[in-house]
Amino acid sequence: MVTITGVIPRPNTYTGLWSWLTTVDHKRIGALYGFSAFFFFMVGGIEAGIMRLQLATSDASLVSADWFNAMFTMHGTTMIFMAIMPFGATFFNFLVPLMIGARDVAFPRLNAFSYWTFLFGALLMHAGFLIGQVPDAGWFSYANLTAAPFSEGKGLDFWALSLQVLGVASLAAGFNFVVTIINMRAPGMSLMRMPVFVWMTLVTSILLVLAFPIITVALIELTADRQFGANFFNTAAGGDPILWQHLFWLFGHPEVYILILPAMGVVSEIIPTYSRKPLFGYPVVVFSGIVIAIMSWAVWSHHMFTVGLGAIANSVFTITTMLIAVPTGVKIFNWIGTMWQGSIDLKTPMLMAIGFVALFIVGGLSGVSHAVSPSDFQQQDTYYIVAHIHYVLFGGAIFGIFAGIYYWYPKITGKMYHETLGQVHFWLMFIGMNLTFFPMHYAGLNGMPRRIYTYAEGFGWEFMNLLATIGYFVIVISLLVFIHNFFRSLKKGEEAGHDPWDAPTLEWSISSPPPVYNFAEIPVVKGQDAYWITKREAEARGETVPAEPHVDPSTIHMPSPSYWPLITSFGVVWIAGGLLIDFGWDYIRFPISFIGGLITIIGVIGWSNEPAAEEHHEAEAHH
Amino acid sequence: MAHADTTHAPPAHEASAHPPAHEEETNTGISHRKLLMWVFLGSDCLFFGSLIATYMVYRGQSIVGPYPIDIIDVPITTISTFVLLMSSFTMVMAVAAARNGNQKRLIQWLVCTIVLGGGFIGFQVYEFNLFRVEGLRYETNLFSSTFFTLTGFHGAHVTLGIFWLICLAVISARNPAGRPSGEDVDIAGLYWHFVDIVWIVIFTLLYLIGGFDAGPDVGHAAAQGWQWITGIIT
Repeated sequence: MVTITGVIPRPNTYTGLWSWLTTVDHKRIGALYGFSAFFFFMVGGIEAGIMRLQLATSDASLVSADWFNAMFTMHGTTMIFMAIMPFGATFFNFLVPLMIGARDVAFPRLNAFSYWTFLFGALLMHAGFLIGQVPDAGWFSYANLTAAPFSEGKGLDFWALSLQVLGVASLAAGFNFVVTIINMRAPGMSLMRMPVFVWMTLVTSILLVLAFPIITVALIELTADRQFGANFFNTAAGGDPILWQHLFWLFGHPEVYILILPAMGVVSEIIPTYSRKPLFGYPVVVFSGIVIAIMSWAVWSHHMFTVGLGAIANSVFTITTMLIAVPTGVKIFNWIGTMWQGSIDLKTPMLMAIGFVALFIVGGLSGVSHAVSPSDFQQQDTYYIVAHIHYVLFGGAIFGIFAGIYYWYPKITGKMYHETLGQVHFWLMFIGMNLTFFPMHYAGLNGMPRRIYTYAEGFGWEFMNLLATIGYFVIVISLLVFIHNFFRSLKKGEEAGHDPWDAPTLEWSISSPPPVYNFAEIPVVKGQDAYWITKREAEARGETVPAEPHVDPSTIHMPSPSYWPLITSFGVVWIAGGLLIDFGWDYIRFPISFIGGLITIIGVIGWSNEPAAEEHHEAEAHH
Repeated sequence: MAHADTTHAPPAHEASAHPPAHEEETNTGISHRKLLMWVFLGSDCLFFGSLIATYMVYRGQSIVGPYPIDIIDVPITTISTFVLLMSSFTMVMAVAAARNGNQKRLIQWLVCTIVLGGGFIGFQVYEFNLFRVEGLRYETNLFSSTFFTLTGFHGAHVTLGIFWLICLAVISARNPAGRPSGEDVDIAGLYWHFVDIVWIVIFTLLYLIGGFDAGPDVGHAAAQGWQWITGIIT
């Protein structure tokens, strides 16, 4: 066992391609997550564009019905699992250790494993495009539409197995961040002194850890049905398709909060900074986040009001769903209360954060309107629901994510973004977003069903759909402005300095971009908004706070890069990919999948035999 | 062969009585790895919970046989359950030996646990094979799909645990100086006990309660089970 580690020498490069493939540095992994998430955000955006072009006019024939099905399935799956979730992971990775005053996460190699498994899972899902086997049963893939007779080909096998791989990545990341936040806070950083973003990361990670096993089981059952002839959702054998809906939404509703809570955390950092005030009612914001997480387990059947669960079930879930709006509303009031009488500075991140609050209110209100089950009977499976989900996920999550990207851009890159271009991006995206999704409320209430590939003339849906398609292109232009701003500022942006916003959290106390070891000296935290306290105390003494205490970096021991996370991830995705192989003889998939298992085992053994940090590499690492 | 090189290692009693020096200080005083195991077990609860829920939802819903009452052998599985529960006892002894730094005892108790765990898996292989011979295949009915998936994943957990314990035993046999630490064995013990507890739930629900289910009518099946139990008592 030990010899395996000997065969492959430990990577010891800190530059070039290999350094990225073998990195265990949470900041680099965060950057990798960010670029991957943006890539898949664009892929999902192109899929949305194909749908919007098809629906711009009645009786359009740009794409076939089958291809349209594939597009809405992949758009939803990509945006949720491969864009918004990894965007969240981007911030977790980059920020959490910096905000709690740690040098890395608790398990740096597990962190690398999470990223590679995510990337490989996402690529496996898209590999279906290469052989024309694209999942097409919707992002929630209701049984028994997913049964072999109704979904021929391998599209849904790609969906189920890739999602399984993505689940492994999310679980590993969830474990890592729970342990990191509970165990690795700097001295003085009690739980109630943590930045709200860290709190939301903790809550999200706990939700991940508890929700993903459920989808794992659902996908195991689906895969067993499709690959091994099991009967879980086979009505002919007495199976019940509603079981899938229960399992999926019992996962799916906590998942909704997994998507939105990180954005709420980001906004809770940004609004105080640009209002020059501490967050109004910090403990209330924290506890409402926790309450949302707990209550998210008691609302899943509001996705199933029209299934026919009966009056009692529908009433109970109507009430719980309306109740969960309360802690969400509390947070909204806290953000507004923070801005109240603050000295507001409307920089791009603040605009995005205010955009988040405004648009999330719209999405929240339409959400309450279909929390009422009789009302939902009119709205189920119409464009009204599409409008709602996009107000909370685009207006909410995506605005929060862009707010975070602008806010921490100076910290991550060391350069300032271009403020005017940033504001142009905000206004174009804000207008485009509303132009795209607001008309969908009307189309939906006028009866337009979702997931239709075209519609006949004369229902009065054309104008609203045309507006939505125009809005889509406004969003595209806004994103082009963002991309231009991002790369332009990398080259030509001004030096940001370590604390351009006079921000309250610890990541701003170190240089931009942060050094490999983050904190030369682990900070001691004296209260909430730790860095504000440090700066105000220094001002009172008439001093300025130095960016860096002087400590010899070569004395700081950091975890060394490693090949094993990459190899293990490769094995995991091979297990899933192997089951998709079909060379005419179906059973070939088992031995091929088994090879993946062997690679995984070799990876795990190599990993566990390799010490986390290589002592003698350290000295040369930080020159 | 870094492990074989014991010249620089601290004396055995010292090293295993205290956590190794590289174990960092944490906010909770619980090591990262042990906390990771606790969080993982919390997650695994939901995993087994979902599988068990699926089984319970489909209980008595199979349209074709064999039904549980035709095939489930409670006495045999009672023996295998006893074997698995005894392995929890030997695991406790192994953890105690590791904490006391008694390497020899540690290996002995680990081997006992491995043998008992292996015995349980042997029973399961025997049972699965018997069911197959009697006509209960994975694709036969709802009962077979839910039963094999749930007990199969439990068996996979036990098998993984056995491999883990074998690794620990091999490491302690090759390098008696401080590895595995008490913490290493403790964490494996947490996992092992969890898997045993899950089996208690499965044994109760699938064998003691569900083992007498007949066809689609659960009420009827429950009555049969009740008759069987009262028959034994009287």
